[in-house]
Amino acid sequence: MAVEIQLQINGKSYHSKVEPRLLLIHYLRDTLGLTGTHIGCETSICGACTVLLDGKAVKSCTVLAVQASGGVITTIEGLAATWRSGGNGNGHGAANGGGSLHPVQEGFWECHGLQCGYCTPGMILSSVELLQSNPNPSESEIRNSISGNLCRCTGYQHIVKSVQHAAKKMRGRKG
Amino acid sequence: MVTAEATPFVGRALKRKEDPRLIQGISHYVDDISLTGMLHAVFVRSPYAHARVRSVETSKAKVAPGVVAVMTGADLGTSIGMVPCAAQIPDMKAAPRPVLATDRVRFVGEAVAVVVAEDRYAARDAADLVEVDYEPLTPVVDPEKAIAKGAPVLFDQYSDNIAYRWELEGGDVKKAFEQADVIVRQRIVNQRVIPVAMETRGVLAEYKPGEKTLTIWSSTQIPHLLRTQLAAMLGTPEQFVRVITPEVGGGFGSKLNVYGEEALVGYLSTRLERPVKWIESRRENFQTAIHGRDQIDDIELALEKDGTVLGLRCKVIADLGAYYQLLTPLIPTLTGLMMCGSYKIPAARMEVIAVLTNKMSTDAYRGAGRPEATYLIERAMDLAAAELKMDPVEIRRKNFPKAKEFPYATPTGLIYDSADYQTCLNLMLKKSAYKKLREEQAKLRKQGRYMGIGVCTYVEICAMGPSSAMPAGGWESATVRIEPTGKVNILTGASPHGQGQETSFAQIGADVLGLDPEDVLITHGDTAVVPYGIGTFGSRGTAVGGTAAYKSLVKLREKLAQIAAFLAGAEPDDMVFQGKKIFSKSDPKKSVSFQDCVSAAYVAKTLPPGVDPGLDATTFFEPTNFTFPFGAHLCVVEADAETGDVRVKKYLAVDDCGNVINPLLVDGQIHGGIVQALGQAMFEEAVYDEQGQLITGELTDYAIPRAGDMPWIETERTVTPTPVNPLGVKGVGEAGTIGGTPCFANAVVDALTPFGVRHIDMPFKRERIWRLMNHGKMMNDGKRGSAQSPAGGAKRIASKPSKPTKAAKVKSAAKKSAKSRRAK
Repeated sequence: MAVEIQLQINGKSYHSKVEPRLLLIHYLRDTLGLTGTHIGCETSICGACTVLLDGKAVKSCTVLAVQASGGVITTIEGLAATWRSGGNGNGHGAANGGGSLHPVQEGFWECHGLQCGYCTPGMILSSVELLQSNPNPSESEIRNSISGNLCRCTGYQHIVKSVQHAAKKMRGRKG
Repeated sequence: MVTAEATPFVGRALKRKEDPRLIQGISHYVDDISLTGMLHAVFVRSPYAHARVRSVETSKAKVAPGVVAVMTGADLGTSIGMVPCAAQIPDMKAAPRPVLATDRVRFVGEAVAVVVAEDRYAARDAADLVEVDYEPLTPVVDPEKAIAKGAPVLFDQYSDNIAYRWELEGGDVKKAFEQADVIVRQRIVNQRVIPVAMETRGVLAEYKPGEKTLTIWSSTQIPHLLRTQLAAMLGTPEQFVRVITPEVGGGFGSKLNVYGEEALVGYLSTRLERPVKWIESRRENFQTAIHGRDQIDDIELALEKDGTVLGLRCKVIADLGAYYQLLTPLIPTLTGLMMCGSYKIPAARMEVIAVLTNKMSTDAYRGAGRPEATYLIERAMDLAAAELKMDPVEIRRKNFPKAKEFPYATPTGLIYDSADYQTCLNLMLKKSAYKKLREEQAKLRKQGRYMGIGVCTYVEICAMGPSSAMPAGGWESATVRIEPTGKVNILTGASPHGQGQETSFAQIGADVLGLDPEDVLITHGDTAVVPYGIGTFGSRGTAVGGTAAYKSLVKLREKLAQIAAFLAGAEPDDMVFQGKKIFSKSDPKKSVSFQDCVSAAYVAKTLPPGVDPGLDATTFFEPTNFTFPFGAHLCVVEADAETGDVRVKKYLAVDDCGNVINPLLVDGQIHGGIVQALGQAMFEEAVYDEQGQLITGELTDYAIPRAGDMPWIETERTVTPTPVNPLGVKGVGEAGTIGGTPCFANAVVDALTPFGVRHIDMPFKRERIWRLMNHGKMMNDGKRGSAQSPAGGAKRIASKPSKPTKAAKVKSAAKKSAKSRRAK
């Protein structure tokens, strides 16, 4: 039994027939070849599979592709382009301009917010979600906000700095 | 440091060259690679810790939709060799492990069959259709019970479960203990933990029948060693095996191994003549990738009453699990080598009893035997300080070898290369305002608030290592090739997995040749391209691999200097490499561009006599010694008697890893290491129940640190270059993991001193802390030690909880000790 789904992913429309049990993460990775989103635990704990679904960070390892049907998804591959074209990563918003990276991506690069890089796409998307609702988060707000994303390499300190760096940059652009 | 002439890139906090692909999700880990016609493998694994396998019925699975093959251990026969172990200890029992179990399983998760299907879902469905008939046997879970008489044995050819006994003794230990004023004893459990790299293991294999080549993509730390072992296991000539290590999502030692799955997936691709992929699930990762630590240590420290340490004795029961992985038996011996820590202890003895149990193998987890050693000695020093009513800082300072005493020989046979422990400690005391912290602690105690200050002055053994001391070669290789367009390619055997060698090695390359780091590419992780190498582990990447690269760079610089001098009419010894030019130091007008000089080497029309064309140099660097980084860490905690919550208020790490190539990367390693250390101290614990079930078998049940749990870490450094390599670098990958655990533990015990607590075993979970703070009793699982006088030393540690309050008990013990101290 296959179910028809329709999704907008990174600004493109996709129509597919999928098994009802197909996980969104496998749809993104195996069906569409969007392998930037990773699988770390299959139990919603680690957050490596985080994507933005209708602007909210979700763990795509525990969302069925059919549940996401009709939604607007941003993955790490589409984050910068979505941002450039005026979205906040949720498909709508004012024009942002900027370079080839999203400010959060820039922050992670500037502040050494990653080592092995495996958790990074999910960590970046969770941070993007945070900065949408809280443009000037405190250290503890950042730490709490990314507590659904596990990193085994960095000890989180440089990630916190990365998000602070991005927040400052995004506030500057808006101002 | 690298070149006197250039404005060095070494030492600068450059952002990483590897990051753009990683932050955009356009890099490739194993599971991101797909090949045409690729099949997926799923393993059927034992739900029993110990059982006979009566039969494996695969007929239903074989006809399930999408299934291409199902194989059992019996089907494999002798096609694949046993899982290899590179470590040998004298008189060690064999513990042979087939890649698929045949007649017996010895831990939960051991593979008994493999299903290969057109997609992952079909393979997973069909795995459930494989019927295995098990006859459960009594599992052996507790290592102390495992060595008791009458315990069931794991391997029927032996009469007990002792894998080996190993002893290391240096100095006159007996005399040290006879002469002691005070002997401090403690049983210390270093619990089993799980590495949890964020990327699980994964293998993709592609056999090409025409070419007879087998290419294996594996998430490994050791591509070349893996290739050699796979060739041996599969009986395939090594030149036909190629291992490619794409991005590796963390290792921490868990991928410093050769796993049965790697060989079996290669075999399946060869048999089926189609690419086969296996991606480990997180549950499998918990059950079947190596675990770390797992020691029960009885330590005794002999001291004079002024705090001078005379000797150390330790008995270690090391739980190896059911089988040996690549380095399993070696790890506890590293604890022995490093047991004296950063102190001048003239006599030391360690006895290791390594035990086989029905669990996954332990092996090299970040630090590998050395965190255990540091935890032991650092806890023991605090216990001694408490017994002698000394400040923990003073007892440490008293026992440091002085800077001028280096190289310093330990009774365990090591030569510590270089250090200045005093200066490092002093910087820590100054930066932390240690005295003020003690004053604040005293003030808060009066208010009923329990602040604790923990100190740890560690030394670790890094840059593994001289080949004479390593199971399979301790050198590292690097080829440097300068391409005709003047771009540099460093091919390193030190295959990284997050350490940032693509950046740090480029900094070294740029300095040696007077170029920009952008001109230097680092190639790694492909055995068809990179010369044979050892890998990244044991904090060796830069100290050994970086040195190999440096030496090859210098060889090419010497050649280029000859060519440039010839072209410019200058002397080779006088040439300076700077700003993409090569010029005469005494007459800078005599200058050639780097590019022109490189072109000359390839066009080969204007080479000086006796100089060959081309620019290619390879070095196999063999270090003469290990390196011994050190540090002084301080942790301040506050324990809440209401909730048992322990909050880290301050963490200061002063580390000395020798010269620093990139301070940003060094800080990253320190932060990550400390958080991993705090993870073990605070929450992490691999729990097997009495039946040998791993009940912490997922991230839902096994807590690794989250951002919100972790403190801000302040870092400082002292710099004591090592004489062991020309870069002067020591290594930093494991420092935090080694220093952090005892530092936090000492802080918590210090906070709980008013409750009569002298030792707590990890992990320091809230409930454990709350009970200690609220019952005033030692609840340490009923397994506690005590400080005893030599007179009481013959008797074993009291194991029953004491009736009187702990404070009273300690007081009386101290009185007893004082009485029985000998007059000197």
